[in-house]
Amino acid sequence: MISSGVLQIILFMLVLFALAVPLGNYMALIYGYLPESKVPVKSAKTNALLRPFIAGENLIYRMAGVKPAREMGWREYALAMLVFNLLGMTFTYLVQRLQFVLPGNCEGLAAVSADCAFNTAVSFASNTNWQGYGGETTMSYLTQMLGLTVQNFLSAASGLAVLIALTRAFSRQQVETIGNFFVDLTRSVIFILLPLSTVLAIFLVSQGVVQTFGGYVRYKPLEQMVEAAVPPSSSPSGAAPTVYKIARGPAASQIAIKQLGTNGGGFFNVNSSHPLENPTPLSNFIEMLAILLIPVALCQTFGKMVGSPRNGMALLAAMTAIFVACLALCYMPEQAGNPAFTAMGIEQNASAESSGGNMEGKEVRFGVANSALWAVATTAASNGSVNSMHDSFIPLAGLSPMLLMQLGEVVYGGVGSGLYGMLIFAVITVFIAGLMVGRTPEYLGKKIEAFEMKMSSLVILFPPMAVLLGTALAVSLKDGMAGVLNGGAHGFSEILYAFSSAANNNGSAFAGLSANTPFYNYALGVAMFVGRYALAVPVLALAGSLVRKKKVPVSAGTMQTDNWLFVLLLVGVVVIFGGLTFVPALALGPIVEQLQMIFTK
Amino acid sequence: MTQTKNNSKSILDSAILWKAVIDSFVKLDPRVQARNPVMFVVELGSVITTLLFFAALSHPGEAAPTFIFSISIWLWITVLFANFAESMAEGRGKAQADSLRKSRKDVMAKKLAEASLKSAIKAVSASELRKGDIVLVEAGDTIPCDGEVIEGVASVDESAITGESAPVIRESGGDRSAVTGGTRVLSDWLIVRISANPGETFLDRMISMVEGAKRQKTPNEIALNILLAALTLVFLLVTFTLYPFSSYSASVSHGQPVSLTVLVALLVCLIPTTIGGLLSAIGIAGMDRLIKANVIAMSGRAVEAAGDVDMLLLDKTGTITMGNRQATLFVAAKGISESELADAAQISSLADETPEGRSIVVLAKERFSIRERNMQELDAEFVPFSAQTRMSGVNFDGREIRKGAADAVEAYVLDQGGTYPEEVREAVDNIARNGGTPLVVSDRGRVLGAVQLKDIVKGGIKERFAALRAMGIKTVMITGDNPLTAAAIAAEAGVDDYLAQATPEEKLRLIREAQAGGRLVAMTGDGTNDAPALAQADVAVAMNTGTQAAKEACNMVDLDSSPTKLIEIVEIGKQLLMTRGALTTFSIANDVAKYFAIIPAAFATTYPVLNKLNVMQLQSPQSAVLSAVIFNALVILFLLPLALKGVRYRAVGASILLRDNLLIYGLGGIVAPFIGIKLIDMLLSSLRLV
Repeated sequence: MISSGVLQIILFMLVLFALAVPLGNYMALIYGYLPESKVPVKSAKTNALLRPFIAGENLIYRMAGVKPAREMGWREYALAMLVFNLLGMTFTYLVQRLQFVLPGNCEGLAAVSADCAFNTAVSFASNTNWQGYGGETTMSYLTQMLGLTVQNFLSAASGLAVLIALTRAFSRQQVETIGNFFVDLTRSVIFILLPLSTVLAIFLVSQGVVQTFGGYVRYKPLEQMVEAAVPPSSSPSGAAPTVYKIARGPAASQIAIKQLGTNGGGFFNVNSSHPLENPTPLSNFIEMLAILLIPVALCQTFGKMVGSPRNGMALLAAMTAIFVACLALCYMPEQAGNPAFTAMGIEQNASAESSGGNMEGKEVRFGVANSALWAVATTAASNGSVNSMHDSFIPLAGLSPMLLMQLGEVVYGGVGSGLYGMLIFAVITVFIAGLMVGRTPEYLGKKIEAFEMKMSSLVILFPPMAVLLGTALAVSLKDGMAGVLNGGAHGFSEILYAFSSAANNNGSAFAGLSANTPFYNYALGVAMFVGRYALAVPVLALAGSLVRKKKVPVSAGTMQTDNWLFVLLLVGVVVIFGGLTFVPALALGPIVEQLQMIFTK
Repeated sequence: MTQTKNNSKSILDSAILWKAVIDSFVKLDPRVQARNPVMFVVELGSVITTLLFFAALSHPGEAAPTFIFSISIWLWITVLFANFAESMAEGRGKAQADSLRKSRKDVMAKKLAEASLKSAIKAVSASELRKGDIVLVEAGDTIPCDGEVIEGVASVDESAITGESAPVIRESGGDRSAVTGGTRVLSDWLIVRISANPGETFLDRMISMVEGAKRQKTPNEIALNILLAALTLVFLLVTFTLYPFSSYSASVSHGQPVSLTVLVALLVCLIPTTIGGLLSAIGIAGMDRLIKANVIAMSGRAVEAAGDVDMLLLDKTGTITMGNRQATLFVAAKGISESELADAAQISSLADETPEGRSIVVLAKERFSIRERNMQELDAEFVPFSAQTRMSGVNFDGREIRKGAADAVEAYVLDQGGTYPEEVREAVDNIARNGGTPLVVSDRGRVLGAVQLKDIVKGGIKERFAALRAMGIKTVMITGDNPLTAAAIAAEAGVDDYLAQATPEEKLRLIREAQAGGRLVAMTGDGTNDAPALAQADVAVAMNTGTQAAKEACNMVDLDSSPTKLIEIVEIGKQLLMTRGALTTFSIANDVAKYFAIIPAAFATTYPVLNKLNVMQLQSPQSAVLSAVIFNALVILFLLPLALKGVRYRAVGASILLRDNLLIYGLGGIVAPFIGIKLIDMLLSSLRLV
């Protein structure tokens, strides 16, 4: 009999794919139509629906002085993307630093520290959403809305734009331009992210997610609590320590885009395990769908735009294969439970009353299956929100989300960035395998030559470099070691997890590491910056080179990239490249922890 | 001198072997190694471990000196093996270059003031000749430099270049006017205009190509090198950061951090040394295979492009069909027996020395046992073919037998007062439709019937084209025939397409169109009128018998002048790329087992529990590391024959090739080192070496 946990996982996957295909087609439509043609489709009905959005799009172009029909070469595209992101970063930094004089600060929070503001600005602009701070104790409503939520939209839209530019490089031939960054950015927000977020936000409110400008709720408990989840008030009003606060705020609007844009930065410190962020099993299910929806749908968009949906499906199949394997790696040890608890006589078997398994650090309303699925989904997509504490997972189960990030966030991955990362792996796969069939390798008819290999090498080189060097720095410095809360191999896992998360723009936190220190704020900030922009620029350069090339017609001598053999190879290359890079580090972290758990009495 | 023919020297030619061994040491020069990032890192590792060994001798080092020494030695051996692989590949080319160079001995040339036999002769050294100079070459002289015959006709021994001992005719004008420096005139004389300056001749280019002296990395090789360098950098990072990781682990657990020696060993095992060490050998060996096929490539780029070719332009005559048309059928007119027709046709052809004429004689003999008769005995008068009559024939014994083009014979018969039978007209149309050329035979006013001359498609060529199709290569037949004939032959030979009534302009247009559609086109040519198309094609093979213009425009020269050589060239190109891909895959796949050997060993003191990952049950940490390093070195040597010979190529589709190669080199690459390392470990411990 299939357990209810597995059933929920299967149901989740089915709903996900069913929704992703139409969304993928819709996005292909949106990115595909040319500004000159005014309307995306011939169907009058669809156009009527889209008319308000098109009007909004054109309004923005007029206001910003963007000429939508003027396309850009890769250099201009990359420059536009970089400058736009740097401006966003600077703005977010300033809002945080100045929040104490700005309105919308009902709790009277002080300016965010320079290192934390830097970290957060880079984090949200780079779609990482690593949070060194606790939301309700650090950020004012205005900062959350104007700084963080806006970046949630723009970072996701930037990722989408880079992907679409690369997609055009495959679909076009012998031209110089890969699109207009501002058009791609605007369309991503107006046609895709805004409508989806609006619907999701309203749904979340229906489930009990808070959305208010009202301040925090203060209450006096009937009984004095021994241990408070929320620390006693230290507000300047000098209220008695028996008064407690419940943080509130405009959360639903931020959480919707946090999930859809694979951002993951929680409104509250404990992120999606907070009852006001993720109150019910249904909200949990829908939020998980929102996390993976766009990255999965983009495979369909890509296939459609390059004129071969099968190629998009092959990429999706490779991602799904790794996803399912990592899910099993996470779920099975978790459900089996912790042998240490068993020794203590704690019941961990599934029964009618309990889902069983290792419940340490988990919410009872989600249980093991939905916690494991959430952990894997958020680390597969570069979402990084948590609904359980990964730190408390069985070591092998904790390895799964860590590995998913270390593979380069290409298993679904971030919005846009996941697929463009995967395409880089596809290029490398085609290069190695293409040689084995005796032809200069080509992907989707584009020859893969020295320049393409150079750019691809940069893309696969930077994230491991940032992870390994960052971790090495942290374990070698006093400042780095100061933040580690656990000793032994687990402490190492915590640091490795943090840098894996930052350099791959995930933002997931293992917990157990006090990262809101100048060292970690700066080190992780740099890792996030490198992980995003040192990849996006070579990807655009690759696009610029590919778009100039002719498309080689397909023949029997062409290596197919839409069959199972290719899927298998692609999985192999992703796992071997990612795995070989991190095996020694993982051996000193979760692997040795697992072995110690089993074999050391 | 037949060096190019007899170059199937075994891989283990002792002279080359010794030279290669010595070269392996010479190449330890870091300036040489720096060209190859992978092997440079290995050499660096060798130096570091050597220093560590000496440090360990004087005061207690990080590990036992014997262990550091063994690792250091095997790292040096790894570099030497890679050098040896390259030297072996180069050695075979160099041997050829040496023998070619002998034919470049300086000769005295007879320089003429003007292109006339009467002109004054001035003796100058060949090395002083410049482009445009005019020289006289007489029987017994060596042609001093590449050039074009402007007067005279002579037989020339070109065996120095082609290895073919039969002399060839060189004459002014036409497609046989090119002469190559270093070849020898056997009879008569030639006046030659020099077409190349010293150092730029065909022979010079050939020497530099086979020698690999100016070997430049080919585009695909560069791309692969980038990937290998990136991998090397990744693993450099992995091992570099492993030290702090390990000292952290040691501080929270117990034991010693990983030793520098083990880190270097791990690094060398992880970086793709197998492909890194063999990469240049693969490239050189690919050129070598081409030379063995008697083809000289002007650049390595062309060889790679050959693997990519997806359209072949093939001349009909000589490539697809036998050189000449042959009589295959007699169709007699009403009231005339076939043997009667055959008899008349044979008599009319006895004096006709053209291959078509001979084939009629032969067919008549085969079919009706009609013996050849002596023209003298018959007292016959031969009427030769002329452009006006478009007939030939014979008059004897009151008969006037004529054979010729249908319309010509028809006019002749009607003129004689005869009639042209309807069934013959039909037969003639039929023959033309089937790709044959009809000849009509008549005797005075009487039409005897028609003879079918047909192109004979070479045996096995259809299968060859089917194989090419499976490889994804489109074949296009080029012919001067009319479209009807061309279509019939194309269908019979199984080519994908044809270009009938081809002119140089048409050929050029066809190539341009195909290239605009993204195809890579290969073609063979010999005549001057092929030069524009050759220059446009991606892979252009000129026949060695061809004109200077054709040779200038091509990027490969076929010394055998064999029209089917193109197919072989494509296979060699594919084989070259496949060998690279296979060894890269093998090299990367190897790393899995090496991790299983080294990781438990490296942290044996810090986390003894990691020994659970020692799935190969290696004897001791030291033995595990050493075994991995030894395996890593030996595998270069084991795979050297494969690198030199190339991965076997079969003409099957890409999917099957990929699947098979993936099984052998991917899966094999994962499994082989588990077995190899275990065996070495067993050997080491049984010999008590660790």
